[in-house]
Amino acid sequence: MSEMLNTLEQTALSEYKYGWVTDIEADEAPPGLNEDIVRFISAKKNEPEWMLEWRLKAYRHWLKMTEPEWANVKYPKIDYQSIKYYSAPKQKVTLNSLDEIDPELRATFEKLGISLDEQKRLSNVAVDAVIDSVSIATTFKKELAELGIIFCSMSEAVQEHPELIKKWLGSVVPMTDNYFSALNSAVFSDGSFCYIPKGVKSPMELSTYFRINAENTGQFERTLIVAEEGSYVSYLEGCTAPMRDENQLHAAVVEIVALDNAEVKYSTVQNWYPGDKDGKGGIYNFVTKRGICAGVNSKISWTQVETGSAVTWKYPSVILKGDNSQGEFYSVAVTNNHQQADTGTKMMHIGKNTRSRIVSKGISAGFSQNSYRGLVQVGKNATNARNFSQCDSLLLGDKCGAHTFPYIEVKNSTAQVEHEATTSKIGEDQIFYCNQRGLDTETAVALIINGFAKEVMNQLPMEFAVEAQKLLAISLEGSVG
Amino acid sequence: MLSIKNLQARIEEKEILKGINLDIKPGEVHAIMGPNGSGKSTLASVLAGRSDYEVTGGSVEFLGKDLLELSPEDRAREGVFLAFQYPIEIPGVSTTNFVKTAVNEIRKYRGEEPMDAVQFLKKMKEKMKLVEIDQSLLSRSLNEGFSGGEKKRNEIFQMAMLEPKFAILDETDSGLDIDALRIVAEGVNKLKSKDNATLVITHYQRLLDYIVPDYVHILYKGRIVKTGGKELALELEEKGYDFIKEEVGEEIESPL
Ligand SMILES: Nc1ncnc2c1ncn2[C@@H]1O[C@H](COP(=O)(O)OP(=O)(O)OP(=O)(O)O)[C@@H](O)[C@H]1O
Ligand SMILES: [Mg+2]
Repeated sequence: MSEMLNTLEQTALSEYKYGWVTDIEADEAPPGLNEDIVRFISAKKNEPEWMLEWRLKAYRHWLKMTEPEWANVKYPKIDYQSIKYYSAPKQKVTLNSLDEIDPELRATFEKLGISLDEQKRLSNVAVDAVIDSVSIATTFKKELAELGIIFCSMSEAVQEHPELIKKWLGSVVPMTDNYFSALNSAVFSDGSFCYIPKGVKSPMELSTYFRINAENTGQFERTLIVAEEGSYVSYLEGCTAPMRDENQLHAAVVEIVALDNAEVKYSTVQNWYPGDKDGKGGIYNFVTKRGICAGVNSKISWTQVETGSAVTWKYPSVILKGDNSQGEFYSVAVTNNHQQADTGTKMMHIGKNTRSRIVSKGISAGFSQNSYRGLVQVGKNATNARNFSQCDSLLLGDKCGAHTFPYIEVKNSTAQVEHEATTSKIGEDQIFYCNQRGLDTETAVALIINGFAKEVMNQLPMEFAVEAQKLLAISLEGSVG
Repeated sequence: MLSIKNLQARIEEKEILKGINLDIKPGEVHAIMGPNGSGKSTLASVLAGRSDYEVTGGSVEFLGKDLLELSPEDRAREGVFLAFQYPIEIPGVSTTNFVKTAVNEIRKYRGEEPMDAVQFLKKMKEKMKLVEIDQSLLSRSLNEGFSGGEKKRNEIFQMAMLEPKFAILDETDSGLDIDALRIVAEGVNKLKSKDNATLVITHYQRLLDYIVPDYVHILYKGRIVKTGGKELALELEEKGYDFIKEEVGEEIESPL
């Protein structure tokens, strides 16, 4: 099989017209996107034919699409031909342990508040580290395998578990879903695959750390989680990127499938580089995240702490197909300086007695714009569907903006949909009260916003809640006083 | 300990404190009384460092330091405590968490290690008893949905935890029922030592039956117009502010 793949790689390379690559050891693709690049990526990963075909189909579809413009964000037009679509770290060998990870990278994780050493110490967290486009190391693989849990990089999954990938990849977010998901389907480089077999409750948190390193490189991860009947998993994703003057594109796709009585909890601590205080640089984060409660009594819960990125476009959603299934969305989105976030969720009630809960906390500072966009949809057959939405905004200063765009579409008269929204400002009297107790203004603001975000923070796995709290404080440093 | 000389302050162009003189020594309790709007809370806020107020003249020395030069948080860390007339709410932050942060920030300033959880809980239990405050109240969001009396009691609990050198109680007695008044006053008395001092702002001499002041000052239109012993509070209660107005009103109102 590897023989065949080698040939494929050769073919891909020889077909390329511009002569930019002569060395198959090259760990970067040159800027630009065309079918050859798609072939190059696929070849780099020794992918089977069907995977390449899948990618090409997505690419051809993407060519016919136009970039969405409805979000409440503004950014200069992205030149898709100036982006590099593949970049693997120089270090080629697979690491045997996290100890071998580059110290700079380790430091970055530590700054995010999630130390890899600590991860190792906490024996209940398995880590998959993805740097630029390639998965570097996955911990606790053996321990998980004993339970039948598959937790590996997407590249490995394509090789080792093709039947699962063929069955589920693109089943929740079709390649044609939207502009960025089509792009991702064509050029996705890596990501995590996670499969929990029937009846198994994962004894540890599974987590992936994404890191953009190389310059002018787009990052397109693909994550797929499949929870079979009666299984449970809690998954955490963390992201960082270095400071660069140029904007970098990040367009990931995450798909979750929960079958009968299964539960998946997905938590994100997103800390991509937000750009400097004048709005220069930063990551464009255009992410499609969707889960399907395919089975009865299943549950999918999204929790996100969003502090990074220059522009965020992200709506983790749940399709509530199984009767009695539940969807949850807990979000804290912090924007400072010139950051723009348009984020929220979609809850699509299809099955009977389906329930959804949305708790969104937006914190805006500086000149930033923070929008909540949420859709609650109740289908004809979704008898007794229930939704509760709570959207709170907190403003620091008077140059930032908070916006709420709730959309409600109900086609079944037994549905109950509730929406509450508040907007408040951190008051000077609150800060003075804290000052009077010996807290400086930064500490006071951190305390007040953590209080504001508490309901969401409480949803995070314990190991990360404290770190996420610190992250909130760091993101707002210098925004008051 | 605290020496206020000719302190003048204004807010939004409005002159409120028009030359306050006050000397407070360690171990003393001073009471300030005065009609609504006379500037009592303003004096408290200026001492605590609220930035809305502009100090236009005078000086305040606290334990050898120029108090007016210090940031509000540094004043707190140096040992100034203000029990607010209207304590504010911080949703999502429990009193316990808030006080723990405060205690450790103050310790940090003094070069001390943060208090560990065990020490902190022990101290909290002890002080809870002192002001008879319930654990359940302390785990709720700070002051959110607290009754008026609960807020005041919570202020004194915080004071007990922070052990200030100089505490200002701004109408801590208003809104308290008879039992709570006694409990809060007893708490304040137990916290009294020869090294700390208290400034009690009140409208009612009833509180001064419990917290016996060494001096009573009457603040009227931004000036201390009369100082006496605790009997001054009784006299005031009997006669009302009219007697002050009669005594000094003329000269204060005089348009030159
Ligand atoms: N922001 C402000 N703008 C204008 N005037 C103000 C402001 N804050 C306070 N004042 C005025 O300053 C004066 C003194 O107020 P202060 O709160 O110090 O009175 P007080 O003696 O504490 O009264 P009370 O017994 O009612 O608590 C009042 O006339 C008040 O209206
Ligand atoms: Mg007052």
